[in-house]
Amino acid sequence: MAESQTNIQQDSTVDNLIKDLFRTVRLNKGFNIWMGFLSVSLVICLYAYYIQLRDGLGVAGIRDYVSWGIYISNFVFFVATSLVGMLVSGVVGLSGQKWVTPLTRIAEIIAVAFAAVAGLVIVSDMGRPERLVNVFIHGRVQSPILWDVTVVTTYFLISLLLLYITLIPDLAYGKDHLEGRPKLLQKLYDILSLGWKGRKAEVKILKKSTIVMLILIIPVALSIHTVTSWLFAVTLRPGWDSSIFGPYFVSGAFVSGLSCLVIAMYFFRKNYKLEDYITDFHFDKVAKLLVLVSLVYLYFNLNEFLVPGYKMKKFDAVHLRELLAGEHALLFWSVQGLGLIIPIILLLIKPFRKPLPMLIIGIFVLAGSWLKRYIIVVPVQEHPFLPIQHEPSNFMVYSPTLIEILISIAPIIMVLMIISVLAKLFPIIPVWETVVHKGLIKDETEIENNNHI
Amino acid sequence: MEDESKNPKPKSRREFVKNIGLIGLGGIALGSSLYAAKHFEEKKRGQNVKLLTADGKLVEVDLLDVKQLDVDRLTNNQERGRKGIPGKSWVMVVDLSKCRNARKCIDACQSAHHLRPEQYHINTLQMKDTDRTPAYHMPKPCQHCDNPPCVSVCPVDATFKRSDGPVLIDNERCIGCRFCIAACPYSARSFNWFEPKDAEKDKDLVYDVELNVPQKKGTITKCCFSADRLRINQLPYCVSACPNGVYYFGDENEDAITNGTTKETVRLSKLLSDNGAYQLMEELGTKPRVFYLPPKNRLFPFSDNTENEKKS
Ligand code: SF4
Ligand code: SF4
Repeated sequence: MAESQTNIQQDSTVDNLIKDLFRTVRLNKGFNIWMGFLSVSLVICLYAYYIQLRDGLGVAGIRDYVSWGIYISNFVFFVATSLVGMLVSGVVGLSGQKWVTPLTRIAEIIAVAFAAVAGLVIVSDMGRPERLVNVFIHGRVQSPILWDVTVVTTYFLISLLLLYITLIPDLAYGKDHLEGRPKLLQKLYDILSLGWKGRKAEVKILKKSTIVMLILIIPVALSIHTVTSWLFAVTLRPGWDSSIFGPYFVSGAFVSGLSCLVIAMYFFRKNYKLEDYITDFHFDKVAKLLVLVSLVYLYFNLNEFLVPGYKMKKFDAVHLRELLAGEHALLFWSVQGLGLIIPIILLLIKPFRKPLPMLIIGIFVLAGSWLKRYIIVVPVQEHPFLPIQHEPSNFMVYSPTLIEILISIAPIIMVLMIISVLAKLFPIIPVWETVVHKGLIKDETEIENNNHI
Repeated sequence: MEDESKNPKPKSRREFVKNIGLIGLGGIALGSSLYAAKHFEEKKRGQNVKLLTADGKLVEVDLLDVKQLDVDRLTNNQERGRKGIPGKSWVMVVDLSKCRNARKCIDACQSAHHLRPEQYHINTLQMKDTDRTPAYHMPKPCQHCDNPPCVSVCPVDATFKRSDGPVLIDNERCIGCRFCIAACPYSARSFNWFEPKDAEKDKDLVYDVELNVPQKKGTITKCCFSADRLRINQLPYCVSACPNGVYYFGDENEDAITNGTTKETVRLSKLLSDNGAYQLMEELGTKPRVFYLPPKNRLFPFSDNTENEKKS
């Protein structure tokens, strides 16, 4: 650090800034109550899972025809939302947009949490979870499930590494700014910081590895959601048998990821009093980005529904009628309207790009994103090629059971727990990067780096 | 994996891995006797135990041999089940003009495979192709596709295509992801959502891939083309049970096919071409092994006789 500092004046500004950003690393009563609440809820949900393990997957509403229900919708939603890490840090960050710095860690934490839990969501949908090892023993490469397992794991690891690497300088700062915090936490910072001193060579390595991670994360993130879309697109079913499912899912993922980011931004800003760092300007920028990705998503929606709707082929027609004018019409149009079209229109108007209206819009978009996954997964299966006959009525239509809903809430609780813990243990705004970007430390590697790229 | 500790003899890793599917079987069925076997291993032989074999015979086995024997039985069954009967290529022909929805095929099938009433390996569907053509009943088993989408998507090779035609399922390996259900365009697969109907009764049976009995909670069950019957040169359960002569079954290579009711054997190629046979949604590229003869010249009116249906 000493090498980078030029004078005492700057030193104290830097010090204040660091102190300010480390304010949030503190266990308080509110946090304990919140975690207690989450833990109790999680235990209830896990009990529901125990019942499923004991009695069989049939405790959920899924049956032979609609055999993928809200577990799978949930899985798709989790994979989708985790893409925000790649979008914010990778795409926006790499393109040299400095404004995004205070948001990168939030996005990466969201990515890590959702990617980590996505795997568990899929396990909850397995009839024999104890045979998971079979996937490794008898795995067959032609099954998209194998591809999915591989890329989701890779994405999780890269996201985790990215989060960690960018955290190293902050951990080193933490050693001097954690007075009064638990000894264990100080020790953790000490170990994880790997003896970072902020020397020129170290900064260089850090920057290089960050860039490598950011470049790597883009194709991996694209593939996790593309492959997830292929779980559906490789089947012959009308409604899933689509060649644009890859980009359709990826663009949808950006929408759900960004809406999740908006909600997290609002929450952290308010609760951690970060108004100086996450400003209206940031909300405005993210809003514009959200409009952009939503428009792309809308475009894919148009292709996905209008083109088959124009032709109305025999089996497509049955499915589309149910969706656009039949049993699922209300859900379909609410999701498209309240979760996509109206948000786009509102976000084009400046006053709606302020934090509070954006929080509300974000919640609508996120809820819409979840329900959209349901619309993609469930209705298709209610209309297979051949009629469903001689079956009990609960085989004909799908409705999730209470146990199933509880089991689906469990991963959401886990995500909240992971995000809450990470955001408590570590500064939620990247400290070192903020210092560098504010020009408080001279970045001696800048010139060399530019020469490199 | 807990069962490893009950294993009397140490095994090679590969063998152990192969036998992972045995969990529960050895454990539940013979747990206590195995435990005893472990204890008495160093002591004398000659302690016998009575066992019921898969085909229902009561036999007496030395206690020390019990586990070893069963491991082999299961592995044997699993290995044999994956090998087709050499030189055979099984096909089925369903004559729609004869089906009166007696549903005897379904009864025979469900009792052979120990299924619940709502679990169908074969089902009869009321079909109506166009507004102007009359309705008819269509028995629908698994089509035993030669290009089976269900097999392509299975992550663990639990469902597989055999050289003699049938697409089978190894429920000792299936992880219950139900990707195959999503992929099958003929809705031919069923799942054990709960403990199977005969779980209690079947707990001592060694699993037979060709019959898919005992059924297992959390795994797929599907039509096996009665691979166990084909093994002993018999017609499938459904085929023999039909009172109306709807089914023909035979070997494509011999170009001979036998009617399950009349036991009359005819030329397959002639039967197909004389009657304008077709396959179900062959435009999907699945290459089914089941052929349908159109519902023409029916000598009885269509009746919605769902009373034949078992009430569940
Ligand atoms: S009918 Fe379905 S289950 Fe049978 S082989 Fe074809 S795809 Fe597989
Ligand atoms: S449910 Fe079983 S048979 Fe079907 S794809 Fe999954 S593992 Fe394979």
